[in-house]
Amino acid sequence: MTTEPTVSRLFPTDVRAVNVGLAMFAEAPAAHGATMAALDWRPPAEGDREVGLLLARIEDDPADRVGRQVGAANAEALSRLLAAQPLLLDVRPASEAMGLVGRTLLHSGPPIAWDRMCGPVRGAIVGAILFEGWAASAEEAEALADSGGVEFEPCHHHAAVGPMAGVVSPSMPVVVVENAAAGTRAHATLNEGLGKVLRFGAYDASVLDRLRWFRDVLGPTLSAALQASGPIDLRSLTGQALQMGDEGHNRNIAATSLFVRMLAPWIVRTTDTATAAGVLDFLRANDHFFLNLSMAACKSALDAAHGIPGSSVVTAMSRNGVDFGIRLSGTGDQWFTSPVGVPDGLYFPGYGPEDANPDLGDSAITETFGIGGFAMAAAPAIVRFVGGTAADALEFTRLMGRITLGRNPSYALPSLAFAGTPTGIDARRVVDSGIAPVINTGIAHRQAGVGQIGAGIARAPLGCFAEGIRGLAATLGITPGGATAAEPAAAVGSAATGLGR
Amino acid sequence: MTVHARVFRNSYRDSVELMRIAAEIEGLGGITRAGLVMATPANREVLTEAGLLAEAALDAGPNDLVVAVAADDDGAANIALDRAAERLSGTEEGPTAGETRTSWRTIAEGVADLGGADVALISTPGTYATAEAFKALKRGVNVFLFSDNVPIEDEIELKSLAVSRDLLLMGPDCGTAILDGVPLGFANAVRRGDIGLIGASGTGLQQVSCLIDRAGAGVSQAIGVGGRDLDARVGGTMMLAALRRLDADPGTRVIVLISKPPAEAVARLVLEAAGSLKTPVVVNFLGGDPAVVRASGLIPARTFEAAADTAAALSRGEAISDDGTVGAPVDDDPFGSAREVAGPAIASLQPGQWRIRGLFAGGSLSGEAKLVLGWALGAEAAKAHEVLDLGDDEYTVGRPHPMIDPRLRNEHIVAAADDPSTAVILLDVVLGYGAHVDPAGALVRAIRDARQRAAQAGRSLAVVASVCGTDADPQDRSRQEAILAAAGVILAPSNAQAAGIAASIAAAATSRTEEHPRHTAIGAAP
Repeated sequence: MTTEPTVSRLFPTDVRAVNVGLAMFAEAPAAHGATMAALDWRPPAEGDREVGLLLARIEDDPADRVGRQVGAANAEALSRLLAAQPLLLDVRPASEAMGLVGRTLLHSGPPIAWDRMCGPVRGAIVGAILFEGWAASAEEAEALADSGGVEFEPCHHHAAVGPMAGVVSPSMPVVVVENAAAGTRAHATLNEGLGKVLRFGAYDASVLDRLRWFRDVLGPTLSAALQASGPIDLRSLTGQALQMGDEGHNRNIAATSLFVRMLAPWIVRTTDTATAAGVLDFLRANDHFFLNLSMAACKSALDAAHGIPGSSVVTAMSRNGVDFGIRLSGTGDQWFTSPVGVPDGLYFPGYGPEDANPDLGDSAITETFGIGGFAMAAAPAIVRFVGGTAADALEFTRLMGRITLGRNPSYALPSLAFAGTPTGIDARRVVDSGIAPVINTGIAHRQAGVGQIGAGIARAPLGCFAEGIRGLAATLGITPGGATAAEPAAAVGSAATGLGR
Repeated sequence: MTVHARVFRNSYRDSVELMRIAAEIEGLGGITRAGLVMATPANREVLTEAGLLAEAALDAGPNDLVVAVAADDDGAANIALDRAAERLSGTEEGPTAGETRTSWRTIAEGVADLGGADVALISTPGTYATAEAFKALKRGVNVFLFSDNVPIEDEIELKSLAVSRDLLLMGPDCGTAILDGVPLGFANAVRRGDIGLIGASGTGLQQVSCLIDRAGAGVSQAIGVGGRDLDARVGGTMMLAALRRLDADPGTRVIVLISKPPAEAVARLVLEAAGSLKTPVVVNFLGGDPAVVRASGLIPARTFEAAADTAAALSRGEAISDDGTVGAPVDDDPFGSAREVAGPAIASLQPGQWRIRGLFAGGSLSGEAKLVLGWALGAEAAKAHEVLDLGDDEYTVGRPHPMIDPRLRNEHIVAAADDPSTAVILLDVVLGYGAHVDPAGALVRAIRDARQRAAQAGRSLAVVASVCGTDADPQDRSRQEAILAAAGVILAPSNAQAAGIAASIAAAATSRTEEHPRHTAIGAAP
């Protein structure tokens, strides 16, 4: 009697294989019925072998101490991001809301000394010194900065974010946004509109007059209206705006309109007619007024996800016109920086890339939270800035989905079957894939005060993400050759020697 | 009838989208009515009128999204609410027609796209291969590591990680494997069967698998372990793991081990492990001592062909005899059967032609050829001949491997023809996936060229070759053999037999060359 021979099997189903490297090796397995994923592989970390190994050693891995920790930390970071509920509470002077006192000025981006600052930031600082009355002329203001008479610190170190130069001085009114889910607060100045504005480094009389009007009229008026209306839910407002063609960074017309619609009755009720008319005229004429609110909302959400040991989630991306800096949830106050480039984009008539300042501002906080360039699918109207089509807009959002941990159901994108915005940038995925975050951005003239000369998109430089992985691995006691002796032995590979470096 | 609701605080969604989801969950079994609304005062009234304002939704406000269902029972309600939550979380649908899905870049993406993977084929430059292998193993994926130049310390750590996860780490520098009938790397299209192969050598595995196929048997699995696995530092980790795997596989009834002779301690470990299995194991430690193998209760085989024939006999159910052999006597001395084939070639050689020039693409095949020449001619005499492994790093720096690109070997063939002492050119022709599309065709051009140059110098050349492949291979073994035969190449059914024929020619030519000077001297005397 014969029995059917048992067919040998190592795997329960038809073979599923990933091909990493030579494309020809994908052909034969596929011809024999294997399901193949043939990777478009390239060396991770732009070919830095050490960072590539660090990355591999901090991959999610339930069977490994470090892999478990990083996976759990990132899950926690994502859940905090998705739970965020930013509410606009008030508009108060920075001195009051943020405790910004003495001769301290805040600027956008990672830390930078006065002598390294770019033109627009230096101009904005001169303007802020004049606005505060610490000097009587531009020359005096520069001399004061030269002599070390002013402290400079990043907005990000003070729970604040600022577009472009991002300069905040104590008397400037700032929006106070609180993430009700975590209690984190974030602040931002009021948006000045386009043309000659401080954030592009202009400081003539019209700029300083506007800042004074903000301080004396706009700030107090908005504050009174907000006290009457109660907190405004910025998550819900942003969610609606994303379905109306905004992406929350370079297009804010829908969100600004919704905001004005909500607040206008309360402005009228809480101030005199002439003041109300002045304030409403200003808001009506500034399509970008909501940008600063959007930024503060994102900052309040990201700060709640910051400081989780082991997490590789990016909690800030920011530029000061010289350096591009990022922070990771798991690496505390460290900044990881790379030189910043000029964005690709379209220029206003008479200007070109040679006039452009390298990318500038804290506004990439919106992309860090998954809107802006990450939500390009919501805003086909502005995809022209990248010379693209509506299909390209969808592709940008999909691409960003490959470097993020999840989707934000509060920010549904109709054009992608109501998928949420890609949220929770994982620095590991950026470094592994070489897919750089997309940032929608305005382009500043390199000279102070000329203003915006174009708009476009920038890709974050990959180098700072690789440095971030290096920094995170160090906090976990991981070297390219494995876990260091100082750390408890990892569950795997502990018996092995180093990796030959 | 029961009414359930779930509230998504501060989640705005357009009403059109909400109605679409409501319609979808209303269509689920056990659901009589469903409503998804932003809980504005007006919408709350709608819910109340519909009898859907469940207790859970009583405190919902205008910024809150309410999902409410009237259901036959709690189970149906929960299924519907879960489905709504899933739809609201917005899992993106795949690309629609006309859109291009960008190809994945990372193992993480590839594995996710496949919904889990069984094996990763890694052939990146060696400097990046370790990191890629780690990523695959950490995702529970077996690794076929083709890359070379991977530090041995990395190999040790990767294999220890693989063993702790019950995964295979095949390599580094692993040329071939066949898993569940799927060929990886440079593999041949061989019949499936019940013989499991484990090899530390690429072309050795290929040769054994092809000869098993020719013998009418088939391969269950072929697992490469990398050339350094039986190094004392690696300790045969993966060969031991593969032995356990195949012993546990009900579809594998015979196991063949293939390697260069391992470090002594490792050999002991491997043989001991193999000896304790319930599956019979044929061992081909090329050039190793058969007595040691026999002492462990295993079946030694001197050549790849002997290993294949013995395994095939076991697969057919033939018994192991007391002296450890199986089935009909295996031709372990190819030298004997070679004489008649070699005869005509010997006759046409000129005096002074005595030397074998072995030009190999396969490293293990060149190793086996050297051994056979040693057995046939005696170790000392064999040293005078030349057997080159042209796939060795020494020759492949900055050039493709000769299994892919025939040019390097062709140059050597022509150069060998210019040497007046060359009597025999001995070749391997390796077919299969990844190999050159027509290696025989590429070779015969060089062979004709070589013959012509030799003829101009008044000499003829014997060319002996074996084809490592099957008729099912993309290059078709029969077709390749026909091309070679038409060019006057002496064909052997195996690499060992080809070496035997070459040895036979060389032995005859050498004795003639030694006699010849005396003839000349005598002839010239008068």
